Amino acid sequence: MPVLSDPELVEAQSAGSAQAESEASKASIKLGRAIVLTSGKGGVGKTTTTANLGTALAVRGARVVLIDADVGLRNLDIVLGLESRVRHHLLDVLEDQVDVDEALVADKHTDRLFLLAAAQAREKDDVVTSKMQALVSSLRERFDYVLIDSPAGIELGFKNAVAGADEAIVICTPEVAAVRDVDRVVGLLGNRFRPQLVINRLRPQLVRKGKMLSVEDVNGILRLPLLGVIADEPEIIVTTNRGEPLALRAQTATGAAYHAIAARIAGEDAPVPMPPVSKPGLLERFGSLLGGKRR
Amino acid sequence: MIEFLKRLFQKQGSSATAKERLRLVLMTDHLELAPEMIDSMKRDLVELISRYVEVDRERIDVTFERQDRTLAMLANIPILSVNRPNGNGAVTEAPNPAPAAAPAAESRPAGAPPVRKRKRRKKARSVRANLPSTA
Ligand SMILES: Nc1ncnc2c1ncn2[C@@H]1O[C@H](COP(=O)(O)OP(=O)(O)OP(=O)(O)O)[C@@H](O)[C@H]1O
Ligand SMILES: [Mg+2]
Repeated sequence: MPVLSDPELVEAQSAGSAQAESEASKASIKLGRAIVLTSGKGGVGKTTTTANLGTALAVRGARVVLIDADVGLRNLDIVLGLESRVRHHLLDVLEDQVDVDEALVADKHTDRLFLLAAAQAREKDDVVTSKMQALVSSLRERFDYVLIDSPAGIELGFKNAVAGADEAIVICTPEVAAVRDVDRVVGLLGNRFRPQLVINRLRPQLVRKGKMLSVEDVNGILRLPLLGVIADEPEIIVTTNRGEPLALRAQTATGAAYHAIAARIAGEDAPVPMPPVSKPGLLERFGSLLGGKRR
Repeated sequence: MIEFLKRLFQKQGSSATAKERLRLVLMTDHLELAPEMIDSMKRDLVELISRYVEVDRERIDVTFERQDRTLAMLANIPILSVNRPNGNGAVTEAPNPAPAAAPAAESRPAGAPPVRKRKRRKKARSVRANLPSTA
């Protein structure tokens, strides 16, 4: 891992010497990467993806902090199973009520993974953009990755989530409205964020039957670097119920897909695994026996 | 019975429809996002055509039409005179362009009804676009 695997720096940090840390970062240390996960459209899987990629990156050995920037609609703590541990939140930190270290919640499943929760009883517009930028830059000195879970929309909440980031991952489901919104968001982001694409909730069976936009359909239009494809996965409901991201189970196809994305984020030239098509069901085979050509 | 079963299993794929709708909606979105682009396209178009014929710059009308397969740009450019405007600088690559060299603007006597220049990709049927050329 790039930044903090350096034993000297880790030591300097655990010694709590802020002085040494900032000197180290001035001297030679490359900053961690701040990546915003966004989509325009709501409910396409930003939060789920943030939790799983954070987990996968941390499992790989990186130091990761997740910022829930969806102020007013806090979700990320739930998906990670950390809701009972949250004491302070993003706005407490931005408004200098508490030190950031007091607000960071250590993940219970994965070492090196931390959460900065959103405020639930506040509004997105309460975030001061410049403060958010400053916070993210300070976190980049201490973490390899700062993943920012953006709220839906393209208003101030989105702008604040994006403000401190230097890269973007856009999440898109294979639906007309989601693709259109991603296209809009990418237009708003411009080139600075070098947006990369994650297609979420793909159903290979439906694609094969011509009933769902395929990866090629979606990216033939968006033309973004493809970071990964995640299946529409019933297990996600279970893992969210339990607060245990599926990326903890790297042996499952979808867990592995999150790990493949993490590997690509980390710069590995890993291939993009496609969600497997399970065997055609009985009814379906009966259908093709009757000569049903599916387009 | 067999027919019924066939129909049951042979449902038309809707992804093709989705893809096509998406393509069109994005084309319109992109045009909506860039009115400056439409303006400069209009300017360039007029400039190009003015190399061959004198056009009525005041009455140029550029619109977009949503077709079922694609988006068409319709340019209505009234021609005042077929004589190449002289002394207007900008000499084209071909020093003596035959009328045929002017791609779409057919030469017509002055005062004739304006040439309707139609630019389109692929085949198309007309539906009015919600996208007037921005003045
Ligand atoms: N790959 C997937 N397979 C199945 N369900 C999924 C998948 N990804 C997300 N979901 C489900 O979709 C719903 C919305 O997901 P999520 O909250 O991550 O979206 P979001 O983009 O963060 O939403 P919002 O815009 O409200 O913040 C959740 O119920 C989640 O469990
Ligand atoms: Mg969310």
